[in-house]
Amino acid sequence: MPNLSIIRTTTFRLVLIYLALFALSAFLLLGFLYWSTAGISTGQTDDTINAEITGLAEQYRANGLGGLVQIVAERSRNQRQSLYLLTRPGGGNVAGNLTRWPKAATGTGGLLEFTYQRPVGGVMTSRRARARHLPLGRGFQLLVGRDIQERLKLEKVMRTSLAWAVALTLGLGLLGGVLLSRNLLRRVEVINRTSREIMDGALDARLPVSDSGDELDRLAKNLNEMLDQIERLVTSMRQVTDNIAHDLRSPLNRLRARLEVTLMGNRSQAEYRAAMEETITESENLLATFNALLNIAQAEAGLAEGSLADFDLSALVADMAELYGPAAEDKSQTLTGDVEAGIQICGDRHLAGQALANLMDNAVKYTPDGGSIALVLRRAGAQAELIIADSGPGIAEADRELVLDRFQRLEASRNSPGTGLGLSLVRAVAKLHCAELVLEDNLPGLRVLLRFADAGLAPTKEQTVG
Amino acid sequence: MRILIIEDDAAAAGFMAKGLGESGHLTDHAADGEDGFEMARHGDYDVCVVDRMLPKLDGLTLVQRLRGEGIETPILFLSALGEVDDRINGLNAGGDDYLVKPYAFAELLARIEALVRRRDPGIVETHLKVGDLEMDLLARTVHRDGAEVAMQPREFRLLEYLMRNQGHTVTRTMLLEQVWDYHFDPQTNVIDVHISRLRGKIDKGFAVPLLHTVRGAGYCLRA
Repeated sequence: MPNLSIIRTTTFRLVLIYLALFALSAFLLLGFLYWSTAGISTGQTDDTINAEITGLAEQYRANGLGGLVQIVAERSRNQRQSLYLLTRPGGGNVAGNLTRWPKAATGTGGLLEFTYQRPVGGVMTSRRARARHLPLGRGFQLLVGRDIQERLKLEKVMRTSLAWAVALTLGLGLLGGVLLSRNLLRRVEVINRTSREIMDGALDARLPVSDSGDELDRLAKNLNEMLDQIERLVTSMRQVTDNIAHDLRSPLNRLRARLEVTLMGNRSQAEYRAAMEETITESENLLATFNALLNIAQAEAGLAEGSLADFDLSALVADMAELYGPAAEDKSQTLTGDVEAGIQICGDRHLAGQALANLMDNAVKYTPDGGSIALVLRRAGAQAELIIADSGPGIAEADRELVLDRFQRLEASRNSPGTGLGLSLVRAVAKLHCAELVLEDNLPGLRVLLRFADAGLAPTKEQTVG
Repeated sequence: MRILIIEDDAAAAGFMAKGLGESGHLTDHAADGEDGFEMARHGDYDVCVVDRMLPKLDGLTLVQRLRGEGIETPILFLSALGEVDDRINGLNAGGDDYLVKPYAFAELLARIEALVRRRDPGIVETHLKVGDLEMDLLARTVHRDGAEVAMQPREFRLLEYLMRNQGHTVTRTMLLEQVWDYHFDPQTNVIDVHISRLRGKIDKGFAVPLLHTVRGAGYCLRA
């Protein structure tokens, strides 16, 4: 099969096309060379014949037949390439180096081509010649020609070389093409095999990347990155499913148990009412958890093209400071907002709002009464830094990575309300907005830093800080 | 008021009809998009509640067609698709409000009633009044029993929204959407704190409170 598949490869097809073009151009080039060389030498022969005939005609006019016979006889002795024959009326030879008038003389434009016999090295051989006929009057005929055997031989050699050149070009090209595509094919085959393996479930398999950095390497690298992304998405989806199964099942169970217990025995109207109200509260918590999970999944999967838009981060942060101000004040906390105006980022305003609200919720919830919370948004070069710092208990360094995971709640906070998903959403939203999320020690307290990589300048708009 | 429920889940539609009936409204029910479209076209309804995913004709197309025929009945979309762009698609198709399933019935009721009020074309009001509480929208001042009450801009907007919906329940989500323009779910009681501030300003020291908490639903401003 591999022999057949070579023919089907793109490289091989390209090589074939290239080869055909190359062979055609080589053929045309050599053909032109041959045609012009042959043409020139034919022209030279004809010119020589014509010139000689003109000269001899002049001799004839000037010196009569006797003079012509003398010159022809003389030239016949000296010249090897020129052929002459002067015949008298009736057909007898008068002078010349041709033994007889050629019978099969063919040709155009007064020029004849024929075969004649001539001794070469003592052996009579047939040779081709080209000649012109000049009637002299009174039945005398003159034939002047040139031997073209050498020229024909040269032309034949040229034709053979031409054929060889074309054949060699084709052969080498074909060989090169096969070698080239076999090499390429082998690498593509590796990609195909690995893809197959991945489709069969080996999600962690990756394509081999060599160091050459060529197109196939780049392709393999991109495919690997794509596979990483897919693996992340699949893992995250699996996690969502697991989490839904794990963390929604127990509250649902509680809900059902409460209703069942309430239905056992007779209870007063007020008791029923209380149980139902508790059930509603519980279902609202369930709903909040469910929504948070979906929000995280949405943020992690990335947003649809259409829902990304530039929005004014400064306005959002100012709104949040204003929204949470009274809640902080209720706990005698000092909430300070230091918001640089006009910072704009691209993303989803509502998701960003939810993430920031989660951080503010945590800050207000965990900071003790009388503590302080600082909300800062400032430009740092091309980046924007958003800081939420509180004077609460903070998070131990070892736990900082942990709290970003879903449903991770530190022991200390188990009893306060919440889904345990707040910081996971913050992390997902940060990633969606190309922001770096850093949890730091505020000495004391927690300092959450969100560094937005690409913050633009909002169109001039008055800042409303409530 | 007369409410058309276009919802293929019969049980959900039944609960909704029962709840709305107990709140004093008349309801009709259509179980698929085509029936719903015909009923909405020919019936005289105050509000249509339309599920996004319906058999035969989906909710988005249904509403687009209704709007295409010039039918301006207020429409509340119900959807299990809660993502931001779905909400935007729903509103772009001609819906007036969007509620994500599962929802609290109080939320549904408050939104349906708010939709009908929002539709009242009325002249542009410059003055709102609830009992002895008065708001001048041009001068941006608030008086209770003749005495001026100082308001911050957001408090003013919050009170304005409550006054425009006087006598009706508004939910926390509605307040966050209408007064702050955010669609998200604040986990803690941030809205409650704002309301209690406002209450401190307009009700403190008066024998008759105007701003009431509706248990399990939200708030209501009434004389």
